[in-house]
Amino acid sequence: MARLAGRRALFAVPVLLVVTFGVFAIAAASPFDPVKAYAGTAALGADQETLDRLRENLGVDRPFAVRWWDWLTSALTGDLGHSTVLRQPVAQVIGERLVWSALLCAVAFAVAVLLGTLLGVLAARRPGSAADRAVTSLAYTLEAAPVFWIALLAVWLFALRWDVLPAGGLTDTGSEHVSLGQVTSHLVLPAGVLAVSQLPWFTLYVRQGVGDALAEDPVRGARARGLSERTVLLGHALRSGLLPVLTLIGSRVPELITGALLVESVFSWPGIAAATVEAATAVDFPLLAALTTLATAAVLAGNLLADLLYGLFDPRVKLSDM
Amino acid sequence: MSTRRIRGAAATAALAAAVTACSAPGSGGPGDAKSAGSVVIGVASEPDTLSPLLGYGKDGNSKIFDGLLAHDADLKLKPALAAALPEITDGGRTYTYTLRDGVEFSDGEPLTADDVVYTYRTVLDPKTNNTFKSELDAVKEVRASGDDKVVFTLKYPYAPFAARTVLPIVPEHVAGKQDPNTGSFNTKPVGTGPYVLSTWSKGEKLTFKANPRYWGGKPKVKTFTMAVIADDDVRATRLRSGDLDGAVLPPNLAATFKGDDATRTYEARSYDFRAVTLPTAHRVTGDRAIRRALDAAVDRRAMVDKILDGAGRPAYGPLPVDDPAFTEDIERAKDLGKAGRILDEAGWKPGEDGIRAKDGKRASLSLLYPSGDKVRQDHALAYASDAKKAGIEVKVESATWEVIEPRMKDTAVLAGFGSTGDPDFGLYTLLHSSLAGDGFNNMARYDNPAVDRALDTGRRSQDPAARKAAYDTLQRALVQDPGYTFLTHIDHLYVLADRWDGLTTQLEPHEHGFASGPWWNIEDWQPKQ
Repeated sequence: MARLAGRRALFAVPVLLVVTFGVFAIAAASPFDPVKAYAGTAALGADQETLDRLRENLGVDRPFAVRWWDWLTSALTGDLGHSTVLRQPVAQVIGERLVWSALLCAVAFAVAVLLGTLLGVLAARRPGSAADRAVTSLAYTLEAAPVFWIALLAVWLFALRWDVLPAGGLTDTGSEHVSLGQVTSHLVLPAGVLAVSQLPWFTLYVRQGVGDALAEDPVRGARARGLSERTVLLGHALRSGLLPVLTLIGSRVPELITGALLVESVFSWPGIAAATVEAATAVDFPLLAALTTLATAAVLAGNLLADLLYGLFDPRVKLSDM
Repeated sequence: MSTRRIRGAAATAALAAAVTACSAPGSGGPGDAKSAGSVVIGVASEPDTLSPLLGYGKDGNSKIFDGLLAHDADLKLKPALAAALPEITDGGRTYTYTLRDGVEFSDGEPLTADDVVYTYRTVLDPKTNNTFKSELDAVKEVRASGDDKVVFTLKYPYAPFAARTVLPIVPEHVAGKQDPNTGSFNTKPVGTGPYVLSTWSKGEKLTFKANPRYWGGKPKVKTFTMAVIADDDVRATRLRSGDLDGAVLPPNLAATFKGDDATRTYEARSYDFRAVTLPTAHRVTGDRAIRRALDAAVDRRAMVDKILDGAGRPAYGPLPVDDPAFTEDIERAKDLGKAGRILDEAGWKPGEDGIRAKDGKRASLSLLYPSGDKVRQDHALAYASDAKKAGIEVKVESATWEVIEPRMKDTAVLAGFGSTGDPDFGLYTLLHSSLAGDGFNNMARYDNPAVDRALDTGRRSQDPAARKAAYDTLQRALVQDPGYTFLTHIDHLYVLADRWDGLTTQLEPHEHGFASGPWWNIEDWQPKQ
């Protein structure tokens, strides 16, 4: 297991190098002007001397490969650089916001996995039943619905029509402190929407996996031995039916991240999303590179986690062979 | 490692992550949002920085900082950190300020002349990444004379200089120890103003608390929050639900609060104009007859009524009609007959398709506007339809600033500008030929010697009557040779809960929302009994 993790970590190094280099190259080729982004609306009243001075001070005319190398070498010493557009050290930008994004993603992911498993098992118990048809069609509908659309719908229904949940923010606008109760009530809508957007994948995979397992010999054998339906379903079918879901966990991480970006902007959630969008449009190299590295690392870690779980739960798989 | 132990470890890690995530500072005081002592305002964007060295509050409208001088409701200058208006000597080249006694920064350190000198020298340092250094172009030297006197020496007599000294003063003992471009002062400001920053949750909100050390007395409004909500509709919704006490709104959404007894709508008049640039390099707009015809053909009144819902005024020049420096006899109505006569005389003959032509060139031009800006789009379309009636074809296109910028030297753009404080601030950069095509200054590359002379007189003369005369000359010259078609001055609209007395608005510049609004003097608000 340690060997697997170690090998993956070694593999991650060239991937991260290529990804960050690509980010610098794409950003340098983008039509956005970092000087204008830095100056913001003030650029529209600035004279050429001011724009030239900023261009020089910000060092934006250096070739992107040189800037990438500078960023990389200082990042290795622990200095992630300085975000020009947010006027803060990159480490601070990430530190302030990442925790809220991580909370949002973790809650949404947990809800999606649990609820998805529950609905999947419900549907798999009697293929073709009313429950199966309802769950399956719901899953296909949600699969097709864009996440920002679901988010706007949720705001309209829960915040405007029923007025039961806040429409945005981390806490009530008037309150000064971040309290557990406030964050919880403000988390419900964004995390719920994100969970719902991930739900169909888990539901459909579990339904398929458990459905197949119910038809397999070990389960039939268990039934024949007179074990209760509950034991058969949860102890035998679910356990082998969950295996494909474990691989799914890793592969859903990228979409979870992109989904979180949309959800955060709709709900004014102070996560990393707004910073990512700003970093991209402002050609803020250090911030963009750090965020991309982070996202790439999350995807790689997600895949590793899925493989590890698979090895642990499936007795047929040996981690040393992976 | 066994499966069981790994499962246990995973559960512990997940729990630890959840606990860390939730243990953010504070246990949550009673969020009594409805008391008049706390105000929550919804604004569309948040500042990049709170450091005056990089531009925050440079026009004297920061709640955390004070300048040497400040503006009152009528934009007249009044002393703030200076004990009195400056002493002007040496024919307008030397400005001496005496500091007010007993002013402390919010960390308890006293304000000294060295802080003022540090602030101005840092702003003027080419290494500091601000965008407004050129506004202090006239300054040759700034030095302290004793503990409480600051002396500015100018390169040339610059009449409106005092209005530039509303620039907020920062404490040298804090800001001086950091890199002004990247230091923590950008997000953790320390000033002398009525409020101190209490928390800044980036992308969500900024909370301010009354500064107990404020030299101007304790404000009645104790806490004050700026919630950052980019979407106009969401801002209106949260205002209606009581989550916000006030917000900046576009005209159509502000109108939905009419007849609501619990709120009041404030219309802040502004210098914020919308105009079409008419580049001199273009084969059609370079012709003075075309510019004059366009100027006569536009229906400014209809634009104010239809596009702005009445919340604005027709613009007959860069200065709004209620500015003291506005020349009243230049007001003019739409006159299609006059437009036709001007074009006839200049040899622009109507063609078969109704578009005029002269020597084989069609009276046709493109007009760019920044995409996504509804108000500018409406102005551009109305302009095109008015121009067509005079036989001039205007092709309206939308684009981002990245696309517009390289084209603006020879393509008309629907631009918006406007500065408060002094006529010189907005007009010089807009019209002076020496700044033609210099960044976003003088976008139309306007070049008129009479206007240049008037701008120079207005800038250098110390005599108010001579300055007024110069700006009169300029406004009349602009009517004879319009480098821009000025369309409207737009009002900025704010809707606030009706729980305070004495709310007013200032004349506002082009930029607004965070710094301007009825909360420009929130430290003076009195809760209603």
